[in-house]
Amino acid sequence: MKKIITNEKESLTSQERTGMKRRDFFKLLGGGIFIFFQPRDTFKLLELQAQQGRSLPTEFNAFLQIAEDGSVNCYTGKIEMGQGAITSLAQIMADELEVPFENVKMVMGDTDLCPWDGGTNGSQTTRSFSPHMRVAAAEAKTILMQLGSDYLHVPVSQLEVKDGIITDIKNNKSKVSYGELTKGKRIEKHLDGKPELKDYIKFKYVGKPYLHQDSRLKVTGEAKFSADIQLPGLLHARLLRPPSHGAKLVTADLSEAEKIKGIQVVRDGDLIAVLSDDRDKVDQAIVKVKAGYSFDETEVDDKTIFDRILKANSETNVIKSNGDLETGRKISDSVTESEFHNSYVAHATIEPHAATAMIEGDKITVWVSTQQPFRAQETIAREMNVPLEKVRIKTPFLGGGFGGKSAHKQAVEAVKLAKITGRPVVVAWTRQEEFFYDTFRPAAVVKITSGMDKSGKITLWDYNTYYAGARGSDTIYDVPNARTTNYSGGSVHPFGTGAWRAPGNNTNTFARESQINIMASKAGMDPLEFRLMNLKDEKMIAVLKAAADKFGYTPARNPSGRGYGIACGTDVGTLVAHIAEVKVDKITGHVQVIRVVCAQDMGLCVNPQGTTIQMEGCITMGMGYALTEEIQFQGGDIKNHSFDTYEIPRFSWVPKIDTVIMDRKDQAPQGGGEPTIICMGAVIANAVYDATGARLYQLPMTPERILTAMKKT
Amino acid sequence: MEETIRFELNGKKTQMLLDPNLTLLWVLRNEFGLTGTKYGCGMGFCGACTVLLEQEAVRSCTLPVSDAANKKIVTIEGLVLNGNLHPVQKAFMEHDALQCGYCTPGMIMNAVGLLLKNPEPSQQDIIKGMEGNLCRCGAHVRITKAIQTAGKEMKGGK
Ligand code: FES
Ligand code: FES
Repeated sequence: MKKIITNEKESLTSQERTGMKRRDFFKLLGGGIFIFFQPRDTFKLLELQAQQGRSLPTEFNAFLQIAEDGSVNCYTGKIEMGQGAITSLAQIMADELEVPFENVKMVMGDTDLCPWDGGTNGSQTTRSFSPHMRVAAAEAKTILMQLGSDYLHVPVSQLEVKDGIITDIKNNKSKVSYGELTKGKRIEKHLDGKPELKDYIKFKYVGKPYLHQDSRLKVTGEAKFSADIQLPGLLHARLLRPPSHGAKLVTADLSEAEKIKGIQVVRDGDLIAVLSDDRDKVDQAIVKVKAGYSFDETEVDDKTIFDRILKANSETNVIKSNGDLETGRKISDSVTESEFHNSYVAHATIEPHAATAMIEGDKITVWVSTQQPFRAQETIAREMNVPLEKVRIKTPFLGGGFGGKSAHKQAVEAVKLAKITGRPVVVAWTRQEEFFYDTFRPAAVVKITSGMDKSGKITLWDYNTYYAGARGSDTIYDVPNARTTNYSGGSVHPFGTGAWRAPGNNTNTFARESQINIMASKAGMDPLEFRLMNLKDEKMIAVLKAAADKFGYTPARNPSGRGYGIACGTDVGTLVAHIAEVKVDKITGHVQVIRVVCAQDMGLCVNPQGTTIQMEGCITMGMGYALTEEIQFQGGDIKNHSFDTYEIPRFSWVPKIDTVIMDRKDQAPQGGGEPTIICMGAVIANAVYDATGARLYQLPMTPERILTAMKKT
Repeated sequence: MEETIRFELNGKKTQMLLDPNLTLLWVLRNEFGLTGTKYGCGMGFCGACTVLLEQEAVRSCTLPVSDAANKKIVTIEGLVLNGNLHPVQKAFMEHDALQCGYCTPGMIMNAVGLLLKNPEPSQQDIIKGMEGNLCRCGAHVRITKAIQTAGKEMKGGK
């Protein structure tokens, strides 16, 4: 039997992070059983520590509490942005602890309550975080069973637990609830070491479809987002923005704005803001500020950017290499060289960046729409020159993230203005500000030289990816002579760029899977058969076959006129295969996606309902970067200001969607929020080729580009 | 400049001294604390700010509050009657027709407006009616189904 260790150590290293003294911590949370755990391995932690230049708590970075009323609370720095973690994490917890699902509460993204976390990205929540959470829950159950055994005076082996009630098997009248057992107690346990995955078969909640836990709040309008926080004396702020990136403020005439009744004008260096009780008033006042700028712009636009990328002074990294490219060339019967382009795209979440800041005494509290609450805390502490514990970030619901809510400019602005005015301030960006300050998915180029022998076996693969990022650049096919080179590091972008749902992978998968289809056509083979012949990875073969089955796919050499496309790839440990059917209007160049099938192998699927929704979402969102989304710019001047010129998918675009989740209960869970989006460029490009014979080498595939490509055939 | 503006908001007669040029969206959010109505673009392009004005779905971000004078306004908060969710709200939950939930209030209000006009919309009617409401998370398939379900329930309930 396991011994319970009651940890009475007085120092919680994490309090330095959260700013919470141990005493306050327990005062706030009450008694019960606490399990502290560390969801990352130490090596990664050290790495992270070096990257972020801060020392991390070594003890734990999440914890679980069985409170005195028997409720189960999980405190984590992860946030909920529509990906459904609030539901799937609770399912895992309910199962391991044998408590009703409804009793589990997730407390997320509050830097005062939750231990430090590296942020919500890279589909890490289920992959890296949840296995540790399961162990913590299992540990808590062990402690509870031991307490139950003492209480009921029977050995643990004679007890069973259901819905948070421990019962003596031999005498079912003798029972006790978790809540009764934890009452008046404070037991702490710190976990370390690697969790082992246990038998999933017995699970009651995990693996079952669960509806979003937060949906009632969201359908009634009660769910609070960062701009919805109502505070007495709240001021609305608008800030003066430069007309383009790289422009410097030279003169500013505030007199007209100052004349407006009820408007407070603030200037602090380059920060110029107007504030008022009314949002409308600040919208009117900000345009009254007359400003002059000096411009020092890079001579680049959305057409010349690709040349600039190729000519940049880049760092070159060979990420992977096997065999010898020269040999590959020699034994190849035909060689194909292609160059693929991908444009800048916006995150375009429907909720723009927002922050509401309040300063009470020396404590700063900010509600921020961020995927990185702890990084926001650091940024604000640094900018305001205060200790970390004086800054509390609260993360309400996020109206979408996709990697775009990782910088905190709006939060710093709100805090600065709250400090200057002495009142709470909300900074909620306009759609135009959102398009201006977005960290766009970078424009990128991929160059591939590939060869095959007479039978269609790939013999050469020389893959060069420029400024997309390395994610997804692996050759998933079995090629004897292959090299993947990543080019990065030069200053090519005239504005901010950053992670965008499955960073790098959308561009890389578009290039690789287009090239594979080009080769299949050259070889006179059906693109599915060509893939199956060149793949060794059994899992990839299985997802392709599953997708083909679901679609009812029959082989044909492309272009067949049917408008069928196929593509596959991997992301965050998950494998995906897509088959799509499109119709191309040969006069207008307009593409209508009729049907998309996606098969996905993500290991154990915790919440099939949540996963299906993520898959549908990825397919729908992915049509945008495939067909219309593209930032137009001239130097640092972003031409797209709203959804009129930046077209995102709408109801009429949505195809019939079928999803297949491979049954892999015995395998560790992998990422689910991003993988299904990676094939959308390639699968539609390949379908357009099959429909028209026109090959598109650039995303998005706008009608003009399609018509131009069709003319070439 | 300010004048008394009267309207019926979520079933309650209301009056307030207001600058008539203020935008309905900000009046609802800031004067009445009804933050369920969202800002998405402020230009009529996304539908996040949709409310009902005299039973018709309108974009509150481009509507001066004076246009709502003496009219009936319903926001997402006003759909719940005696603690009961509106059939469209229920159907959105049932079909899990949301992810981040930011577009959701606007989607629901637009759908209610649509069903009031056309209680038995075809799939095509729904797509056409909802086309101007944007969702970045890609909840479209489920929203369409939810509206169909709600339409049936509303008809049956009447
Ligand atoms: S906020 Fe009104 S339509 Fe976008
Ligand atoms: S659910 Fe996120 S925008 Fe629609």
